[in-house]
Formats: sequence, C-alpha cells, structure tokens
Amino acid sequence: MRITRKEVEHVALLARLNLAEGELETFTGQMDAILAYVDKLNELDTDGIVPTSHAVPMENAFRADEVRPSIGTDNALANAPDRIEAFFRVPKVIE
Amino acid sequence: MKYQPVIGLEVHVQLKTNTKIFCGCSTQFGSEPNSQTCPVCLGLPGALPVLNEKVVDYAIRAGLATPCQIAPRSVFARKNYFYPDLPKGYQISQYELPICEHGHLDIEVDGVGKRIGITRIHMEEDAGKLVHSDIPGLGSGSGVDLNRACTPLLEIVSEPDIRTADEAVAYLKKLHQIVVYLGICDGNMEEGSFRCDANVSVMPVGSDKFGTRTETKNVNSFRFVKQAIEHEIERQIEVIEEGGKIVQETRLFDPDSGTTRSMRGKEDAHDYRYFPDPDLVPLVISQDWVEATRQGMPELPEVKLARYQSELGLSLYDAEVLTATRPLAAYYEGGLAAGAQPKAAANWVMGEVTRGLNDNGLEIADCPVAPALLAELLALIDKGTISNKIAKTVFDEMWQNGGNPADIVAAKGLVQVSDTGEIEKIIDEIMAANMGQVEEFRGGKEKVFGFFVGQVMRASKGKANPGVVNDLLLAKLKG
Repeated sequence: MRITRKEVEHVALLARLNLAEGELETFTGQMDAILAYVDKLNELDTDGIVPTSHAVPMENAFRADEVRPSIGTDNALANAPDRIEAFFRVPKVIE
Repeated sequence: MKYQPVIGLEVHVQLKTNTKIFCGCSTQFGSEPNSQTCPVCLGLPGALPVLNEKVVDYAIRAGLATPCQIAPRSVFARKNYFYPDLPKGYQISQYELPICEHGHLDIEVDGVGKRIGITRIHMEEDAGKLVHSDIPGLGSGSGVDLNRACTPLLEIVSEPDIRTADEAVAYLKKLHQIVVYLGICDGNMEEGSFRCDANVSVMPVGSDKFGTRTETKNVNSFRFVKQAIEHEIERQIEVIEEGGKIVQETRLFDPDSGTTRSMRGKEDAHDYRYFPDPDLVPLVISQDWVEATRQGMPELPEVKLARYQSELGLSLYDAEVLTATRPLAAYYEGGLAAGAQPKAAANWVMGEVTRGLNDNGLEIADCPVAPALLAELLALIDKGTISNKIAKTVFDEMWQNGGNPADIVAAKGLVQVSDTGEIEKIIDEIMAANMGQVEEFRGGKEKVFGFFVGQVMRASKGKANPGVVNDLLLAKLKG
C-alpha cells in the first residue's frame, strides 16, 4: 500500500471534504493505484537534474507599479452569498 | 533549575508600493472596504497574477542592507490553507527558493554587541482583514474586507540567536530603522506595516537542545514585544517547573493583560502542502540588477553613524540622534552642504530646530527653516556679525515669518556691537549709575559681576558682543 486510509482522511480534512464511509474505501484504493502508476517515474535516473518548478521555459514576467482601476465594491460583492454594508459576511470566526 | 530562553523572530514588513504585489489595485490604507479589489486579489477563477517589479527591487534592497545573498533564481509557491480572509484558499509566498538568504544584523544591548543571523527574506502577499464588531447589523457573523489582500509583504526570518527580550527589541528597532531608511516601508506599526511574530522556547542552562517553542502572533509595538516575550518565558518555565510539557502552538498576545493565550482552532491546518505556483514564472535576478539596486540605495544608518563620528567629529550621542531618521539626517547634511560647521550645525539641529518641531508638532520635513538658511545663520555667528543669543531671535523670526537671516539682521538692526568704544561708553554709564555694586565688587563680592553683564547686555538690547563685554567690564571694574 502506498497510501493508507488514515492519510486519505487527513488529506480530506485539509481539503474540507466530508467523505462517506464507502467513499473513503473507494478513494484509498484509487489513489493507491494512481500513486503506483506515478511510481514508475522513480525508475528514471534523475541524478544531477534540477527539479522542474514550471513546465514553460519562461522567466521574469513583470508589471509596473502603476495603479489600475479596481472593479468597485458592488462588483466585488456581486457573487457573494451574503454581504453586510461593504463587507462580505461569513460565519463568525473566533480569534 | 536555571533556564536559557531561545528566541527567533519573524517580521512582516509591508512594502510601500502604490499597487498590490500581483495586481494593479491600490494599496492605500483606510479606503471603503472591498473598494480596492479586482478578480486577481478576489481570487476569482481564471484570474492570473503578474508580479510587481518594484516589490523585487525592494526585496533586493532589504537583502543587501542585511547583507544577505540574493538568489539568482527564486520561485513563488502556494501555501495552502482555508481561512475566510484568504480568498484563493492559498497564499502566494516563497518556500524552497526565497529571494534572500544568509544575512545578519549587528545589535547592541547595554554596550555589548551581538550578531543576529537572518535565515531568509521572502516575498509574499498579505491576507484580507476580518472584522468582528462595529458593523451595524453584522449579527453573529464576521465581515471580510479584501482591500489588504494581495498587499506586498517581506517576511524576514531571524535565526534563533536571540536570548533576551531586550535583544529582541534591539533587533526589531534596528530592522525597523533600516527598512524605513531604505524607503521600502512606512514603518507605521499601528497600521500593521511592521509586525512581528515571536518564536520562544526555554532550555536548561548549559543544554544545547532547544525546548519546544511557541509562536506568539502579531505583536505590533516594541513595548508589546518585550512584554509578550518576557511573559512567554515566565509561563514556559512555570509549566516545566510544575512538571508539565510545552505544547507547540500559536499564541496571541493580549495587550490589556500583558499575557499570551493559546489560539485554539488554528492548529489542525499546519500542513500547508507548499508547491511551486504554476501561475508565476521563476524570478531570475542578474548581478547587474543587484548592482544597479545597490547603487540606488541610500547610505545606511549604521554607516552614517560611524561616518558622523569619524569624519565629522561628532560624539556617539550626537551621531545617534542625528541619524535616528533619514529625514533628520538629510536636513543636517543639507546644512553641511550649505557650508555649516558640523558641530555647530549639530547643536542647532538638536537644539533650536528640534525644539521648534516639538513645540509645533511638526515633522522635520515640514521645518519652516530650510537647512541652507540655517547654514547662513550659522555663518553670521561665525563671522561675529551676531551673537549666539541674537541668532536665536533671528531663528525665531525665520521660523515665524520666513526670510533670510542677513535681511532680518539688517532690517531689525541686530548687528552685534564689537566696537570697544561704544561698549565702553555703555559700561561707564552703568557703573556710574550703580556705584554701590561697584564698591561691592571691589570689596570682593565677585557675584555682582553677573549683574553688570546683564545690565550692559540689556542697555545694548542684546547686541553687544558678550566676549568683548566680559573683557572690558572686568578691566574696568577692577579699576
């Protein structure tokens, strides 16, 4: 086994996914198969190869520090399920 | 048992750019909630971030000033967690390849110098702001304002080299002075432009194995940092002495009680699953870019401090006062550039100028007397045209109504009288009118000398050259 049910539970919690009992079993099996497939890559010798962070061979895309118009409070809040005054409203967050 | 505290600091420096780190929205403080937002900083699907070049410039400056190595290649990474102030579900930060590493800062506490290592400096975006009260009709919810989301930050991480709260404060003050000098941060701690998280642990004295640490978040004044660290050290020692164990956790400083308390609920998410952000291409910084940035940097406070002492001959104290802020040092140097003598200019800037600013609640940048005019005033003293005392009158006039010192001296007839004949005449009159005191002086009561000086100066309306008055008066009184 490359992944345990406990790890799947942990990842589900981090992703805020509420998985049913049966789903946990299914996903553990599927993820294990995926990891087994990806494991094939370990057969390659990657000594001396710099880890790839990006698939496109590009670097340094910049923007000048010049203000551009924002979209406005009402547009910003247009898709919000709930708002109060000019704020998004979310369930109470206790600090 | 004796305990040795071990402290490391993470400082978040908000950069003084016009726009956010990955979009063109304004970073102005205090605007209407959510008015400075766009698809990028709202985290709308499909929106793509583009890096603000100035943020990189500023990060290089910070790196050079805390002599770090500037990475020729660095990468942005996603730090994944859920919180309502983080619209994308991840914060764009740097992880494995930060822009600066391996620097240090030299501090001094009670005359003892110490070098504090800087592990790394990386660029990242700030989160939004949560509001829990003061919104009419908020009810049992929290308000989210995303104006601050995507504001550029530098996170500056120290090595765990700090051993006392005083060292921590000295380190922070020095770092604060540097970033403000560099012009990359406004330094406003109340508005959160410079904030600190303190990692604290304790271990038995003599041990080389660090204890479990706690992280106290967002302490936003130097005084609070000292309180928070001292309290945390005490608390941890108490827990250990009572046979307990320190839990690795995030704690919040409460300024009202001066204590820290556990922030439960943020603990389950400490698995950030960093990975390179595919939306942002790698950042490659050439040696030319680094050198060009170095050329454009102002003289750092530490270098200035040393130069004021060695080149200008100022005392350590004077040099510290004058280099405390960059605008004050610029004012002082403006005076020198206009020909003022270093010591005299130092005295005037720290004396009359500072007093005037304090009395009127002004900043040095708003000083009504330009440094070049102060230099002209000092030149008049040097030439003996006016006395130091009269110069203060002229200075007040310049402060109130502007104008140049030579004109004021001429218009008000304040030119110092050094002509011995004229002064002798005054002295004779005063002595004639105060024979009683003359006798007293001659009878050995030398204290009356001051009375005569005062009378002569008054009769000359303060214009008599004090040196000449002293000499002549003494000669005449001794008869």
